[in-house]
Amino acid sequence: MLWEVFVRSKRGLSHTHVGSLHAADAHLALRNARDLYTRRQEGVSIWVVPAADIVASSPDEKDAFFDPAGDKVYRHPTFYDVPEGLTHL
Amino acid sequence: MGFQEVIDADGRIEPRDEMPEGYRKTLIRQIAQHAHSEIIGMQPEGNWITRAPSLRRKAILVAKVQDEAGHGLYLYSAAETLGVDRDDLMDLLHSGRQKYSTIFNYPATSWADVAAIGWLVDGAAIMNQVPLTRCSYGPYARAMTRVCKEESFHQRQGFEAMTVLSNGTPAQRVMAQEALDRWWWPALMMFGPSDTESPNSAQSMAWGIKRFSNDELRQRFVDATVPQAEYLGLTIPDPALSWGGDHHCFGEIDWTEFFEVMKGNGPCNRQRMAFRVAAHEDGAWVREAAAAYAAKQSEQVA
Repeated sequence: MLWEVFVRSKRGLSHTHVGSLHAADAHLALRNARDLYTRRQEGVSIWVVPAADIVASSPDEKDAFFDPAGDKVYRHPTFYDVPEGLTHL
Repeated sequence: MGFQEVIDADGRIEPRDEMPEGYRKTLIRQIAQHAHSEIIGMQPEGNWITRAPSLRRKAILVAKVQDEAGHGLYLYSAAETLGVDRDDLMDLLHSGRQKYSTIFNYPATSWADVAAIGWLVDGAAIMNQVPLTRCSYGPYARAMTRVCKEESFHQRQGFEAMTVLSNGTPAQRVMAQEALDRWWWPALMMFGPSDTESPNSAQSMAWGIKRFSNDELRQRFVDATVPQAEYLGLTIPDPALSWGGDHHCFGEIDWTEFFEVMKGNGPCNRQRMAFRVAAHEDGAWVREAAAAYAAKQSEQVA
């Protein structure tokens, strides 16, 4: 069974995907993940998720899927002019 | 963006992107053979764990061999993102249909060989692998980033062990020199056939899988390693070695030897494969027990 592994590198940071591994069950997946991805203290917490349970957006439709955000530049602060000399804006 | 646009823009291809069948096949073969090399590579040094000269050296060697296993696993995982099954890749290795690096078919005959392997074999591997961190296939590139970080320790511990031997007793100096004599040429062969004899290189370069030619990387390795040998006070076993103004010139590689080892006629080919297959078969009960336990647990939950 294939598992995806996520590691929190230190407290205060999110878990980040680091790779995958094979294991018969969740308990072994965690132990294997510790041996494979944290041999040099790369993490303080590990998540393992069955790869088959991850639902992903499809690359085939990525343009259409992400299009709605494409024409909304006003969502970024840099869209707006700030009068010279003013701060805290 | 289509495949070619991503490649032209020096972007990265990710697992579910469309890609030409040739690209997928080339990567599967390359990544799988790279993975096989990592796990077969555990053997020459693994043989020395019980005979390491001190507890410090033993702990270092255990960590290094464990890293090689880890590198194999990163790479098998990267290969699997291309739609192949791990068990099938193991079968291809065990049945001899996929190869591994010729370097691991040479024996480690003395402790100095373990030092020389770290210095030269891992040094050559780093030279090959650093450009692969910029490979166009994302999962392979990311696996190589992890591998390269760890490989640096491998090379340094080997060079340190060589330094100790080179500064040791006359007998130890002889051991160090003999190890260099044994490993120098096989290490140069690790970069693969000369550019003119490497038919797939051009396509791999065009696809952004390969960034530098075999001969370019080999030259870099020679240039990097010659001063290190001088520091050790050892002689590289190549009478043709000379300074060419901006690079080191070196002698002709014995390609007959390379292709013989590739075909299965190296000193240890049969031993390495027999050991690997036996390890796999002897471990079958562990995999079966883990699967049976997992099945039982999930029944109880259901």
